Amino acid sequence: MMQAMSETTGTPSTLAGNGAAPAEDQITIAGRSMRSRLLLGTGGFPSLELLSAAITAAGSELVTVALRRIDPGARGSLVDVCSQAGVELLPNTAGCYTARDAVLTAKLAREAFETNWVKLEVIGDEDTLLPDAPELLRAAEELVDEGFVVLPYTSDDPVLARRLQDVGCAAVMPLGSPIGSGMGIRNPYNIALIREAVEVPVVLDAGVGTASDAALAMELGCDAVMAASAIARAQDPVRMARAMRAAVQAGRLARGAGRIPRRLYATASTPDEGLPDFGPS
Amino acid sequence: MILLNGESFAVQPGETLAAVLERLGVSPHARGVAVAVDGEVVPRACWELFALAEDARVEVLTAMQGG
Repeated sequence: MMQAMSETTGTPSTLAGNGAAPAEDQITIAGRSMRSRLLLGTGGFPSLELLSAAITAAGSELVTVALRRIDPGARGSLVDVCSQAGVELLPNTAGCYTARDAVLTAKLAREAFETNWVKLEVIGDEDTLLPDAPELLRAAEELVDEGFVVLPYTSDDPVLARRLQDVGCAAVMPLGSPIGSGMGIRNPYNIALIREAVEVPVVLDAGVGTASDAALAMELGCDAVMAASAIARAQDPVRMARAMRAAVQAGRLARGAGRIPRRLYATASTPDEGLPDFGPS
Repeated sequence: MILLNGESFAVQPGETLAAVLERLGVSPHARGVAVAVDGEVVPRACWELFALAEDARVEVLTAMQGG
């Protein structure tokens, strides 16, 4: 019994292993297969050293970067850090409010980073940073036509997700709640509906606050989770990166394992057969 | 004068984009840099020959941390 206990509590490596999922469980987006189902945003890390350590701890293979005006005084080595970590860059169009700006930003990112992948963000409101659906769809269509691999940051709307798939997006990235809010998945039913509505990979993006949010996303059927602020702004980003990695793996396993249905009343897990009769009390 | 990343910047008549970038310390082989002039991407291969017109709006961009 003690032996069994120690086996089940085990070491963290029992769950995480070396981060490698079985080859058959890789996620494939637009023909690129990855073992890690945790995408990492690079924003918000206090230093590049911490970012680098978090990338390693998260085990991510794809990280997002933004495009901003160059600062001749402090020309970043962000690209170098990412390339030394062996991760692929996923440029985003953060800060764009129109399809026109997002398309231009994507083209500039393709020029700068030599990748035709783009995390498409077209924002409609600076307070909520929620997507502007018509502009998003327009930009997605145009970028797909231009040969981009488009991963749109989208609302938790199954109909919009399907429309994005229909114009050729390689994945959809629905939000759990507003960017950086840490509010988790406010409408899990919609995320589950999106999983049913599209065939392309679903990457839960935005709103993740802690590891259980990432696990829930995977349990709902998401193929991957993107985390940025939740890791970068945690008190210990590297430890949170490790937690997210374990949570994504745990959620994925639980999804595959098939959870029991929820019931209002108890169902005894111990059989009644053989119950002793101790006589009247 | 041109508008370089939102600020006025003096250029010589006919000065090329590559020359201006060099003054910024950006080499033609710099990784992770892209340029737009008047809202259009100027591919790296064109920097050397691209002459900047008066009042050109030039954006020189690079990777920054972001989700």
